[in-house]
This record gives sequence, C-alpha cells and structure tokens, in this order.
Amino acid sequence: MKTTMREAIRATLAEEMRRDGRVFILGEDVGVYGGTLQVTAGLFDEFGPERVIDTPLSEVAITGAAIGAAMMGLRPVLEIMFADFIPLALDQILNNAAKMCYGYDGDMSVPMVLRAPFGGGMRSGMHHCQNLEAIFAHIPGIYVVMPTTPADAKGLLLAAIRDPNPVIYLEHKMLYGVRGDVTEGDAVIPFGKAAVRREGRDVTIVACGALVNKSLIAAGELAKAGIEAEVIDLRSIRPLDEDAIITSVRKTSRLVIAHEACRTGGIAGEIAAVVSAGAIDALDAPVARVTAPDAPVPFSPTLEDAFLPRPEQIVAEVKALFGKRFA
Amino acid sequence: MADLQKKDLLELYRWMLLSRITEERMTEYHKHSPLPELPHSGIGQEAISAGTVYGLRPDDLILPSLRTRGAFIFKGIPQRMMMAGAFAKVTGAARGKNTSHHMGYRPAGVIAGSGVVAAHLPVGVGVALAARLQKKDYIAVAYFGDGASNRGDVHESMNMAAVMKLGLVFICENNLYSISTPASKHSGIVDLARRADGYGMPGVVVDGNDVLAVYDAAMQAYARARAGEGPTFIECKTYRWLGHSERDPRDLRPKEEIEAWKRKCPVKRFREYLLAGGHADEADLDAIRAGVTADVDDAVKFAEESPFPPGGEAVLHVYGEGRADQ
Repeated sequence: MKTTMREAIRATLAEEMRRDGRVFILGEDVGVYGGTLQVTAGLFDEFGPERVIDTPLSEVAITGAAIGAAMMGLRPVLEIMFADFIPLALDQILNNAAKMCYGYDGDMSVPMVLRAPFGGGMRSGMHHCQNLEAIFAHIPGIYVVMPTTPADAKGLLLAAIRDPNPVIYLEHKMLYGVRGDVTEGDAVIPFGKAAVRREGRDVTIVACGALVNKSLIAAGELAKAGIEAEVIDLRSIRPLDEDAIITSVRKTSRLVIAHEACRTGGIAGEIAAVVSAGAIDALDAPVARVTAPDAPVPFSPTLEDAFLPRPEQIVAEVKALFGKRFA
Repeated sequence: MADLQKKDLLELYRWMLLSRITEERMTEYHKHSPLPELPHSGIGQEAISAGTVYGLRPDDLILPSLRTRGAFIFKGIPQRMMMAGAFAKVTGAARGKNTSHHMGYRPAGVIAGSGVVAAHLPVGVGVALAARLQKKDYIAVAYFGDGASNRGDVHESMNMAAVMKLGLVFICENNLYSISTPASKHSGIVDLARRADGYGMPGVVVDGNDVLAVYDAAMQAYARARAGEGPTFIECKTYRWLGHSERDPRDLRPKEEIEAWKRKCPVKRFREYLLAGGHADEADLDAIRAGVTADVDDAVKFAEESPFPPGGEAVLHVYGEGRADQ
C-alpha cells in the first residue's frame, strides 16, 4: 500500500500505542494541533490527553520528563519541534539519557524515542534546517536513525519504540511527502543495517537523509556515462553498518560519501576512517565527500539552493575519481 | 510531627548521626589517604535529608543532589555500597562506573543524578508524570542547592510540574553559598521559595537545621503531591560547615559566620531536644552513637578490602538489554 513517510510515521505511532499501553507521546503542540508539521495529527482524538500530551515550551523539561518516565517503565516518544532545538536538551540527552544504563551498571534502561524534523529545502533559515546527526552520533549510549522511505520510517520507528535504549529518530522535512510501499505488520528494521538502494560495480555512494534520493538521481546520470554506481542508504547513523560499507567498497573500489550536513566533523569523516582501516587496499582512488559547506543554512532561495548538495556535485565527484587513480 | 513516636524520634537522630559520622569519616580519611572520589561534605545539613526522607514510602522516589549524602543512605542504599563508591571499588556504585555522589539504586528508589547540578529535576518531572500515567500514587522528591536554583532546568521543571499538577516535591537546600559565591550575589531575593508563587505552587521556607520542622513541611507537601494537587517548593535554610569540596582552594566565608552556624548544629540541637523532652537519656543516645560508629567502621573496612573493578568492565553496559519491568 502506497503511503507518505509522514503518514507511515503517524500510522506506526498509532499502531504501537494500540499494541502497548506504555507508549505515549509528549511535546509542544503535538496534541490538539497535531504537531507543527502535522505528524501526530489525529492521535489526540484516538488516544486522549493522557497519551498525547501537550507540554509547555520547555525542551529540557520535556526531554527530562521522557527520561524519567522511561526509567519508570513507560515508553515515551517525544517530539522536538525542529532538530535545531535539540541542542537545548542536549545535556539531558548526553548526560542523562545516554548515561543512565551505564551509571546503573546495566540495571536501568531509558526506552525513549526523540523524534525531530530536520534538514534544508523549506526556506526556513539557519535555525530550522540543520543536519546535526554527527553531533548526536558522537554520543555513546544512544542510537541515531534517519529513515528515507515510508517503509523504513515504519521499520525504524518500530525498532526505536521497542528498543530499551534512547533513540534519536530524525525525519527529513523534504521527505515527509515521499510515497512508497509500507509492509503490514511487524516489519521491524534493526539498527545498524544499511540498505542498498541501487546495485553497481564501479563506485559506491554512501548517503543518508535527503542525499539518498539525490544520489539515486546522480546514479541515473552516471549510468548514461557508463558508470554503474552502488547507492547505500545508511538508515542508522549510530551504529554504522560498517560491514555493508566495506563490502560495497571492496566490490567497487571507489567511494563517495554524501550528506547534507556541513563538512567538518560530519559523519563522512567517520565513514572514511572505517574504510581506511577496513578496505584501503581495495581503493583505486581517494575517498571523496559531497557535503554542505561549513556555513549556516541560509534563508534566501538562491543561497539555500547553492548551499544544499546537488546531484550534479555527486556526478562530478564520481567522474573526478576516475581521473584520480592511485599510482 | 504529631505522628512521630519515641522510636521515630530516635531513628531520626540515628539517621542524622549516621550521615554526620559517614561524612566526617570520609573527610578525615581523605586527609591522610586521598579517596578517588573527592568528598563534597554536607556536614551541617543533615536535618534536611533526614526530615524529608523519613515520611516517604518505599515506593516513593528520590532524586538526590551532591550535598544530600544522608538522603541516599536513608532511602536505602546500603552503607557499605555507599562507602565503597567513594573508594571507587567494584562493590560501590555501578561496580565503579559511577560516583557515589550521583549514584542511582533501583531497589531503594534512588534515581541517579548528574554532575550537572539541577539536571536531575527534569527527570523528576518524568518520574512524577509516570505515576500519573500508571495511575499510582507514588511521589518523587528532588533536591538541589541555592546555586543550582538559578539554572534554567529548575525553571522548566517547576513550571511543568506545576501546570501538570505532578507529584514532585522540590527541596532546596539553601546553604547560602554557590561554591564561593554568596546568595546575595547570585539571587535577587533572599527567600528563594518566593519563586514558587511564579509557578502557581506553594513555597515554604523552613529552618533547615530543625529536623522536625523539615519533617512537618515535607509531610504537608507529600500529602498534597500524593493527592494530585501538585508540587511544593520547600526551601530549607542551612549552612555547610566545610568548603565546597576537600579541594576547595580557599574558603572565603567569614570565620565568625561559620562558627555561628556551627552553634546551630542540627544534630546537637536535636539531641538536646530529645533529652529536654524526656524522649531519651544520655545512655540511649550514646548507644545510638556507638551503633552508628560501628556501622561506619564496618563500611570503611568493607570499602578498603574490596577490590577495584577490572579495567575490561569499562565498556560494559553502555547500552541496555532491557528489563522485564521496563
């Protein structure tokens, strides 16, 4: 059944809330209003104010409340209105949620999910459009996932809600309307499993978030030039599917990593290190990155379009690799 | 305090003495043989932990602060585990992964804290919210100091707990200093509990060195919290006798101020109350002291003799496998 990613997320929340009475939602304007981007629309009507809780505008208290409720045996799913606001609650995530299990030597879990829309393309400016996944992925004790299809949105959300650990679940705003098939029932997608979106023998493009579809567009262009690109959708930023990346690079001998986050300290650097350690002997060319520049996300359409990575850049980087053979 | 019998009064005295002697021992020990965990003593503030924990039920939860050593012990963390934690031993907090300052202990209903002061208050909101959603009437009690009271976490937590009428009680230990900074330089008001009015909850100021006054204020707040009427902000005026920690480079507080507060010692004061009221005689109280001293001796010996955790455990339990009750 074809559905949008937004609808897949909403339907999965509803399914899980029907299945498990411990699951509840909290956040700013998530109830009666249905969420600023309408992801939780309708859930208040079905589940009522005790399970779809409108909170004050207090990111720290909302996140702390989710942590405390999770520690007491509930399964909170909190929404932070935009991922750009997660840093307000970063202390709760970094110093509380991520460390509780360890701080109790395993005798405590924090089964919570923090959902947040992220990413550029909506002309929303520098405080509503960032890709901050690398900041979160640096934190041991949490998982970071980033679905790009309705089926993955469902599968990763099922995994996130049912996992005993804190999960940051990032929803790219430009993908909410993407349509696709969703499997009925318990189609859980485990963390740390990348998806091969297109098979190819000549170059591996590892991408996440909005750059997956852009990489597929680039792969189509490259095919016209006789270059068969393999496109890998990470799905999980932490943990990374190192095996899938290395297996693909061993097959293709070339690697381009594409993400919408800015360059320095981005997840591409980590992937390059993984490949350097695990498959450097297989590489025929240096590892290339396609990322946003090290700058805030600008507002004006011409500036934002220039800022966001484009398929042409991926095509150009791939073609350049074929001229950069190692001696 | 109408409901307190003689045995309760003596138990309260034992608790305060236990906290006092535990911290004195840690501090003394640290002087000749430095402990891995730097002591941050709450000596002088014992009445607050004792008076607030005594009226709690076993299923209630506490979120202690750095300075509420007594609260951890009174709520049920074994004395040996607490002391071994300060020694960083495998028998201590989380097999040496956590400090005893911020440890959590599920069997006793102690929620782990944070090295970031007041960062546990938002977690307390969630603990109290869980009670509401689970349709249970356990409550949560969160402790913080006057310094921490200025952090935004306190504001967000108090507002959210008040607007949702959650069973969370805020206990502020106002010992008049945020490390070296006097309250007059960190807050624009003298009675921090006045802030409660801005959140729509009762604010109560009590003499934090009077264990029975603390107990009474706490019991009123707990009844309100348990009845679903919402949180209370209890400010306990007190004073810490020692520096911020045993590495405090300079104690800038006036000597005469420290001496004046030592004369208001909560333990001595309660001892005199018990004697004057005929609740106990010298022999009773000396016997309690002997018992507590033996317990602390035992805990120190246990901590000394316990091994350190093996280094390989450093990477265990970063992620949980889930618990049947979660």
